[in-house]
Amino acid sequence: MVENRPWLNAFAHGVLILGVIVVAFPLYVTFVASTLTLEQIMQVPMRLLPGDQFMQNYAQVLGAGSHTGSKAAVSSMLFNSLVMALAIPIGKIAISILSSFAIVYFRFPLRMFFFWMIFVTLMLPVEVRIIPTFQVIADLGMLNTYAGLTIPLIASATATFLFRQFFMTVPGELVEAARMDGAGPMRFFWDVLLPLSKTSVAALFVIQFIYGWNQYLWPLLITTDESMYTTVIGIKRMIVGSDSANEWNLIMATAILAMLPPALVVLLMQKWFVKGLVDTEK
Amino acid sequence: MLVAPQVAITLVFFFWPAAQAIWYSFQLQDAFGLKTQFVGLQNFSTLFNDSYYLASFKVTALFSALVAFFGLAISLLLATMADRVVRGAMAYKTLLIWPYAVAPAVAGVLWAFLFAPSIGIVTYVLKSMGIDWNWILRGDQAMLLVVIAAVWKQISYNFLFFLAGLQSIPRSLIEAASIDGASPLRRFWTIVFPLLSPTTFFLLVVNMVYAFFDTFGIIDATTQGGPAQATQILVYKVYHDGVKAGDLGGSSAQSVILMVIVIALTVAQFRYIERKVQY
Repeated sequence: MVENRPWLNAFAHGVLILGVIVVAFPLYVTFVASTLTLEQIMQVPMRLLPGDQFMQNYAQVLGAGSHTGSKAAVSSMLFNSLVMALAIPIGKIAISILSSFAIVYFRFPLRMFFFWMIFVTLMLPVEVRIIPTFQVIADLGMLNTYAGLTIPLIASATATFLFRQFFMTVPGELVEAARMDGAGPMRFFWDVLLPLSKTSVAALFVIQFIYGWNQYLWPLLITTDESMYTTVIGIKRMIVGSDSANEWNLIMATAILAMLPPALVVLLMQKWFVKGLVDTEK
Repeated sequence: MLVAPQVAITLVFFFWPAAQAIWYSFQLQDAFGLKTQFVGLQNFSTLFNDSYYLASFKVTALFSALVAFFGLAISLLLATMADRVVRGAMAYKTLLIWPYAVAPAVAGVLWAFLFAPSIGIVTYVLKSMGIDWNWILRGDQAMLLVVIAAVWKQISYNFLFFLAGLQSIPRSLIEAASIDGASPLRRFWTIVFPLLSPTTFFLLVVNMVYAFFDTFGIIDATTQGGPAQATQILVYKVYHDGVKAGDLGGSSAQSVILMVIVIALTVAQFRYIERKVQY
């Protein structure tokens, strides 16, 4: 900047710090609440310094769940969430990288038809076709299974697009060079394309991990059995009624546990996360 | 064939349900699901004569307008400031992006706890200022609560895109303007904001779609559409009528209407992308 306006810089820092505080405040209160006893939370106003119940609360939710609401242990919910959050990105990346490879590098009948067919699905988020999809899953007998939880969310046009765009930027010379050296199409795919698309895969994986972890509506419908709950659903099931009937300390401990993995993924893989966000929305 | 897996999944989980939705939307089912009857467009005409459904449209429009406006305004402010500061920009960025990782339902629970009528900490502050706060009973306050939770969660996303947009604006333009004596505020409105308009428009569409669909978790975890349908957005009504009330035909008709809305929004977005190419 050509000019120096100290007061404006100070103002900018002030606004940013205020923003960070407002954004972080709910998290802080949640953490504090997860370290208090229920009685301490019920006192108005609640104290804003962490208490000493950290171990008890977390051990309680991880081992046995809440007393009044859902009885399922959060550790198994975390496992379910993890399965979902891993199966969705892996499945998505696997099928879409294959299909975009086929669409970009092979000439076959109905090629464009398949492309448009995948393209159209971009327009139909899960929320819109909840009930019919639910019936399809029920007809296939996939309620309360991991397959039912993940497969309907795997089909994704965005990933296919991303890879298609990326493959089209791969120079044709590489294809020719590989062919000159006697590599077949699959060999080319494994040894040339996959290593080249590593960053795209990583970026997509981060985004889809968060997407899978945070799924709400779909697991809400599909899982009726407590042992299949994901963490996000588990929190919802612990809220049973009015303010005072809920065990807020346990709910908040679960909320922290539910936030931790995706937040860590975002913070530790920030570079890929930003790249993934920008890429998938193009 | 390499496309086979994706095509199979797409067929089974996209086209089959979509076709079923359209098919059900023309049918009327009795309360026990024993008989179905083909009724043509009757479900649709019932819907458009249903005052609850029309009210839900209004709620959705209000909700998404509020979420999009505040989400964009706050994150634009933060992004402009973050673009200005030199020191600590990375730290601010890191501290602002993590809410993206929070599930909508969890975000709803957090804010519901802060604003809980009897024990919430914000409620306490509001009460000491003389404001009567109880979102369980008052519709406008319930709306405010879900808007706050939805905006909070979306700020990080908007922030990242605005920041990227701001950083792609050529420095020379801004420097030229400041040499000509334009104040920072004037520079913002006459140079930065117009140049940022593609990003803003893109984010506007994304935020609308977000408010339409992704906020289901927030609403279900906090207000569940209440009190008295004050926060019942269209997606929530589809879920409520189909799953809880068992009105398959009506719910499917609503799904079909939603699909039309999504397709319209998507088309708008793609036309924008074409325009960006010319930019």
